[in-house]
Amino acid sequence: MGLTSGSTGRKAVDEGLVIHRESPQDRVVALAGNPNVGKSTVFNGLTGMNQHTGNWPGKTVANAQGRCEHNGRGFVMVDIPGSYSLMAHSAEEEVARDFICFEDPDAVVVVCDATCLERNLNLVLQTIEITPRTVVCVNLMDEAKKKKIHVDIGALSKQLGVPVTGAAARSGRGLDELMDAVDAVTHDKATQADPVQILYAPAIEQAVALLEPPLRECCGEKISSRWLALRLLEGEEELIRSAQQYLGGPVLKTPAVQEPLSQARELLEQAGLTEQALRDEIVSGLVRQAERICAHAVESADRGYSSRDRKIDRVLTSKATGFPIMIALLAFIFWLTIAGANVPSQWLSSGLFWVEERLAGFFGWMGAPAFVRDMLVHGAYRTLAWVVSVMLPPMAIFFPLFTLLEDLGYLPRVAFNLDRYFKKCSACGKQSLTMCMGLIILH
Amino acid sequence: MNDIQPLTNLQCGQTARVEKLTLQGSMRRRLQDIGLIEGTQVECVQKSPAGDPVAYLIRGAVIALRAEDSAGVLVFCR
Repeated sequence: MGLTSGSTGRKAVDEGLVIHRESPQDRVVALAGNPNVGKSTVFNGLTGMNQHTGNWPGKTVANAQGRCEHNGRGFVMVDIPGSYSLMAHSAEEEVARDFICFEDPDAVVVVCDATCLERNLNLVLQTIEITPRTVVCVNLMDEAKKKKIHVDIGALSKQLGVPVTGAAARSGRGLDELMDAVDAVTHDKATQADPVQILYAPAIEQAVALLEPPLRECCGEKISSRWLALRLLEGEEELIRSAQQYLGGPVLKTPAVQEPLSQARELLEQAGLTEQALRDEIVSGLVRQAERICAHAVESADRGYSSRDRKIDRVLTSKATGFPIMIALLAFIFWLTIAGANVPSQWLSSGLFWVEERLAGFFGWMGAPAFVRDMLVHGAYRTLAWVVSVMLPPMAIFFPLFTLLEDLGYLPRVAFNLDRYFKKCSACGKQSLTMCMGLIILH
Repeated sequence: MNDIQPLTNLQCGQTARVEKLTLQGSMRRRLQDIGLIEGTQVECVQKSPAGDPVAYLIRGAVIALRAEDSAGVLVFCR
């Protein structure tokens, strides 16, 4: 989270991203994935307390790095912000794409949600297009089992052409297999699998074929020429500038590249694929490939949304019962917090004030001047005692209850119910959760 | 008879096929990234008690879309 001592003051000056390696043999592994797939759980499971948090340089997006050891080798895990794609223009997606493309991680782990794999494969395919050193971690396998969704890890690995492991990070399962695969990919060059190539429309493939050879010549080793060809055709200026910076010079503006580029663009124009249409085709290519791959690797009983889940959601979000249930539940939690905190608060305050009297006595016995005693004991300590005895019990009750709601999956339904009203304040439903937390502190 | 309508017209329980996106910019790309491309089947699952947003089943995931965005998705309804 944002405001740590490491992310303020002089340390907040944009010095570029610094990776904290403990030894030069440490491998840097990027941890990417859609939001809410358990990426943080995997990250915490691998790095434990060996983490540094802060911000990505120049952006208000949180960053975390941590070190982990496996088979006697060191790995620095860099937590990339959750994103659905590497193309859309939010700050998170830019950070994710820039790190994977231009910071040369030794491997990229894409964490996926086994219960909606098809949507997750979009990011996986985009990542594979950039670097063949990708490992896919299919998390939430325990959830998938509950929903009767069966993911064939072996088939998925064959289809994608990269190592795939299953995990249930919440219970710590699958993390060893994941690090085995990461170890193999970052140290054993011989196991470079044959990653899948996304098949785009024929006109696009022809255009790429024109552009790939000159690109491979000038920057083949540093960057995937196929990926770069596609991005040049799409014409994203910002990205091209970053690529040039990474390649160290105006390599892409040379005639050797610009000529085939115009030829390729003409070809696309003839096929009616310009600007928007070209981008649409490229996304479609990714989405359809994800669909094809899932058809081979995932079996699901009710398309991922069972009748039981439908019934529950209908009750939680219908016109008649949605709001009453929500208000009742939140009121119950508030009541539990306030009522339940009273007794512990009293214990804490009498206990801490008993200590305060002893402290005051101790200062008196020491012969300290009155103002020292007043400042330290009646001032600093008393304030601390007040705050702890008033705030700690409610927080200790409220946050676990809220986390329970979150684990049950109820909070998105709250956001869904309240979004319209938040929209009127130019906010969105997600903020209803922060509002609840604010309300409890306010009481 | 023109069966192509905005996604907002879909009733609960109805399924339709995506024909075209009239949205532009990053919202267009975001919807495409979650699978809302031409030919995708969409099912309207649940309307929020306030009427907006509406939950749709898209490629195995339930996603809530605001009317201002789903109005830019044209679908073919039988």
